[in-house]
Amino acid sequence: MIDQVSVFLENKRGRLAELSRALGNAGIDMHALMIADTEEFGVVRIICDRPNEAAALLDEEGFSASVTPVLAVAVPDRPGGLADVLEALERERISVEYAYCFVEPSGAAAVDIFKVDGPGADIVLSNAGFRLLAPAELYSPDS
Amino acid sequence: MYQPELESMSREKIDELQLQRVQRVLKRVYENVPLYRRKFDDAGFDPDSVRGLDDLRRVPFTVKDDLRSAYPFGMFATPMRDIVRVHSSSGTTGQITVVGYTRRDIDTWSDLMARTYASAGATPDDVVQVTYGYGLFTGGLGAHYGSERLGALTIPVSGGNTKRQVQILKDFGVTVLACTPSYALLIAETAMDMGIDVRDLPLRVGVFGAEPWSDSMRKQIEHAMGITAIDIYGLSEVMGPGVAAECVHQEGLHVFEDHFLIEIVDSQTLEPVPDGEYGEVVFTTLTKEGIPVIRYRTRDISRIIPEPCVCGRTFRRMERVTGRSDDMLIIRGVNVFPSQIEQVLGSIQGVAPHYLVVLSRKGALDHVEVQVEVSPEFRFDEVRELERLQKRVKAEIESALAVSIDVKLVEPKTIARSEGKAKRVLDMRDELGGA
Repeated sequence: MIDQVSVFLENKRGRLAELSRALGNAGIDMHALMIADTEEFGVVRIICDRPNEAAALLDEEGFSASVTPVLAVAVPDRPGGLADVLEALERERISVEYAYCFVEPSGAAAVDIFKVDGPGADIVLSNAGFRLLAPAELYSPDS
Repeated sequence: MYQPELESMSREKIDELQLQRVQRVLKRVYENVPLYRRKFDDAGFDPDSVRGLDDLRRVPFTVKDDLRSAYPFGMFATPMRDIVRVHSSSGTTGQITVVGYTRRDIDTWSDLMARTYASAGATPDDVVQVTYGYGLFTGGLGAHYGSERLGALTIPVSGGNTKRQVQILKDFGVTVLACTPSYALLIAETAMDMGIDVRDLPLRVGVFGAEPWSDSMRKQIEHAMGITAIDIYGLSEVMGPGVAAECVHQEGLHVFEDHFLIEIVDSQTLEPVPDGEYGEVVFTTLTKEGIPVIRYRTRDISRIIPEPCVCGRTFRRMERVTGRSDDMLIIRGVNVFPSQIEQVLGSIQGVAPHYLVVLSRKGALDHVEVQVEVSPEFRFDEVRELERLQKRVKAEIESALAVSIDVKLVEPKTIARSEGKAKRVLDMRDELGGA
């Protein structure tokens, strides 16, 4: 499991820029960013360095930020790669709350981030032969 | 005028009558209502010591909390077997106050409401549709009894089912409509949707109250409906509707001074201000038997209009009420205290106790948006958790306030803080067609 930072943002112009600048000013590097939006607000999900420090910092800066554990799975970057992972979860009746993917800089694998309901998904995926990524492979963890 | 011999009494007679009646009621409450005995004793006020109306300034005030603490019947001045009706103020359980009426009180109230209709130009030949809510609220039954007392044909529709209201307005040949001003507008709009132009109907007069409404709203209603719309004023603590009413000249509301003694006091110093100056409206009931109130602070801001009115009524007029000295709001006719919102938010995890109530007018009815801050400590990740929070806040506020609202979640610290009392309400409703 890795730590992901979630931030509540109103649909107001400039808010996302302010959020990014706050992290930038604190020397925190972001590696992935995804926004889930509704009519009235958005939830910004970030994979970044020192996620717990980042969340605390954002709270201080007037944002509403939380840290959530999510799965990071390495998937070969080829057609069907993601389907293999999802089918493995489905066989064990594990639901995916949300997911997003990005490709590692080296290009060798895609990283799939999953939020699932219930425990045990990491074991299921390992047993099915997938590699789970450790925090240090994606970002600089909190000390 | 319904009672011309009373409504055009000379000023000297009014003053004399008021003095006699106030002396009587002060003694009566002292002898029969423990709360008033305590109040007068604590203030060192002797109820026999009033020699002139100026002496009233020495009498202690009565406030809403007095009625709350006497819930339900603690302030009644007559034995319970003589009480024939009770009503209560609007608001949620725990905040309501109860008032009681003897047979004579109901009789007086009927006369006062008959005066109200007459001053709007209504006669026994009229057909009156009472759309104020019937029940514990004083509006419906007050308007009903007054119309029957006048001798008009009285239709007890109560509120709701606007299409049916329009159908009755048309089919029954209604000439006088009694309801809240915002509901009147809704009736006019609904009629239009139904292909009925209210201006083509025999409707002539509107008797509107229970919420503040501006002059531009009056013009809008009069234009949309082809009527003369008069403002009426009252509050359950003092009687119900029928405390004061405009005449057809629409320049202030004649206070029924033979039954209610009006004072305007500075809301900080509580000293009476000269006629013509603004202040807080205070009433003393002169003839009520069930629950007389002495110097009741209404929290409404107004002034006395000192000049005589061309209609010939000698009862002085008060200006239409446009503001309150406390933070109570009237939303769609319901009394709402923003501080109730604070209580609700305090019990919900995930939101801070900071809020902003934004009031606007969408069409005819009030729209309420309550902005609530997500607390920085709130642990969430999924959109649905926020949506759930929003729904919960909405449900709990609606339950506490008894009005429907929208909730907008906002980020922490975005609602302005202030030293002293925070401005919790942004009321954009003043002009119709504005926000």
